[in-house]
Amino acid sequence: MTEFLQQLVNGLAQGGIYALIALGYTMIYGVLRFINFAHGDIFMLGAFAGFYLAPATLKLFGAGPSYAGAALVLLGAMALCALIGIVIERLCYRPLRDRPRITALITAIGVSLLLENGGQLLFGADPKSFPDLIVDRALDLPAGWGPLSALTITLSQVLVLGVTLLLLVALRHVVNRTRTGLAMRALSLNPTAAQLAGVNLDQVIMFTFGLGSALAGAAGVLISIQQPSIDPLMGISAGLKAFIAAVLGGIGNLPGAVLGGVLIGLLEALVVGYLSPTYRDPIVFAVLILILIFRPAGLLGTVQKEKV
Amino acid sequence: MRLLRSVLSPVLIVVALATSAAAQDRIKVGEFASLTGGNASFGQSSHKGTQLAIEAINAAGGVLGKNLQLITEDDQSLAGQPATIVQKFIAEDKVVAVLGEVASSKSLEAAPICQQNHIPMISPASTNPKVTEVGDYIFRICFIDPFQGTVMAKFALAQGWKKVAVLTDVKQDYSVGLADFFVKYFTAHGGEIVKEQKYSTGDKDFKPQLTSLKGAQPDAIFVPGYYAEVALIGKQARLLGLKVPLLGGDGWVGDSLLKVAGNSLDGSFFSCHFSAEDKSPAVQDFVAKFRARYQETPDDMAALGYDSAMILAEAIKRAGTTEGDKLRDAIAATKNHPGITGNITLDAQRNAAKPAVILTIRDGGFKFQETVAP
Repeated sequence: MTEFLQQLVNGLAQGGIYALIALGYTMIYGVLRFINFAHGDIFMLGAFAGFYLAPATLKLFGAGPSYAGAALVLLGAMALCALIGIVIERLCYRPLRDRPRITALITAIGVSLLLENGGQLLFGADPKSFPDLIVDRALDLPAGWGPLSALTITLSQVLVLGVTLLLLVALRHVVNRTRTGLAMRALSLNPTAAQLAGVNLDQVIMFTFGLGSALAGAAGVLISIQQPSIDPLMGISAGLKAFIAAVLGGIGNLPGAVLGGVLIGLLEALVVGYLSPTYRDPIVFAVLILILIFRPAGLLGTVQKEKV
Repeated sequence: MRLLRSVLSPVLIVVALATSAAAQDRIKVGEFASLTGGNASFGQSSHKGTQLAIEAINAAGGVLGKNLQLITEDDQSLAGQPATIVQKFIAEDKVVAVLGEVASSKSLEAAPICQQNHIPMISPASTNPKVTEVGDYIFRICFIDPFQGTVMAKFALAQGWKKVAVLTDVKQDYSVGLADFFVKYFTAHGGEIVKEQKYSTGDKDFKPQLTSLKGAQPDAIFVPGYYAEVALIGKQARLLGLKVPLLGGDGWVGDSLLKVAGNSLDGSFFSCHFSAEDKSPAVQDFVAKFRARYQETPDDMAALGYDSAMILAEAIKRAGTTEGDKLRDAIAATKNHPGITGNITLDAQRNAAKPAVILTIRDGGFKFQETVAP
């Protein structure tokens, strides 16, 4: 029983990371109707931004790891990634916005390869050890909780889930309660009508890219706290999994992306724990195929009728 | 166009002659290594050792009156690259022999091509038995997995650990081989494997596997993987409250192991080829030369890289030629070569029989534990 619960905890922590990345996929799809395949590499850039920011930032708050320092590194990486996302959109996607969607898709793959190989050139291809932002340890759980007491929950897992939840609440607020959020939703519902109603297309798309990339950057730092070894190709696998999560939840649907991320995280942990890690990726990708066949709109998505 | 050609062709002929003349007073040796990527620590070390040996040989007058020229290519730790590189070595560079790789799966890619072209290949550190089984042109100067797996199984039994769990990297022939031989010896001599789990190279999250291993309550965990993953495994095992020692093989050797793992691997043990703490004059002389050249302490891969180039140079001298067949015979005849990693004699299967060293991790460093003879 404890082992099963422990696997759920492991899966939940990993799923939170996928959820953060999946949100970016889904948001960008929502406003632009295209999959930004470079999104996983923004996640990688977030980890590297944290890697280079951490030493100087941590020094501001004393010598060792500190929460204030960790928070600042996280915010710094998010800001940098937002900036990179905006620049990529401005340089690579905006000039192609009126072209067929496939053009943007192929461009996205090109940007992804550029970031991966440019990253190897710039940062070096060997894995780097991510500095300790916090002192990670297992939490002591109260004795009276039955099978729960024997669980090992690490500080980093709690932190990752906590920050993920916080970001989700903030995102929900932005999308549902602000004018920009309203514009985003309007754009995803009907771009032409939204523009006629005075929505500034360029601004909203820029904002969406910034926001999505900031979330991916946050995921990059958070995963590096848990798994402190980073390399320029780390975004490939995580990006693909998050993409599957977004499709599973219903692409374009924000709660769906979170649900998909958590489900993929749990599925992975259970497959590895009870079947074999060799089946992990095949099973996750099989989920993608099954969803596309039987429920193309995803778990929470609604089917959109094509207007003829 | 014709004019252009008539002007160009003499130029080309001159260039071709010049390069071939230059090539004749040098003996080319190809080296492929993972200089970047997941196994970069291996490749960098073995390359530095190899380079040091080549420089020493040339400083002492070279072989057959010529200097050795080391042509190094980076396979980026990627599958598929070694084959391409070795093709290039043979077809374009016309090397007389190939040195490489550390990782068994990389050597296994290159070996059939060398064998087919009758170009001798010496692997410094690939311990999977299959590597030299490819053919009679493929050699290695390190011990093999059955020996290494057995050494660690013996060691675990000697420590009184009867229940051991195994965590294997299924993507590496090396890891699978080591695990097989460990399990075979361990169970045949009264030990029990309480749980087996797997992972793949490049994985970062091992908590699901470790959770399942923890449930089996082992006395120790055998993790015959490479340092990049082992470091994270060590770290995550301690966080999950798994405090038993981890055991491993020479794949652990890499300076980033302890950088990533911190002190979480303290009290763990692994088998390897060489210890810089060894007091023998040959080792200390090598360590001093290596430090002077690179400002760092050599590890196993550096020592093996050095030995591989030295054995090749010695064989070329004995053969008196660089012609493939004769060079092959000379390498095969290597006997009692006084290497940095022990006396090297190649057996009929083109493997080296030598002792293994068991190191332990303490206070952020590798400490000598004991030597195990074959």
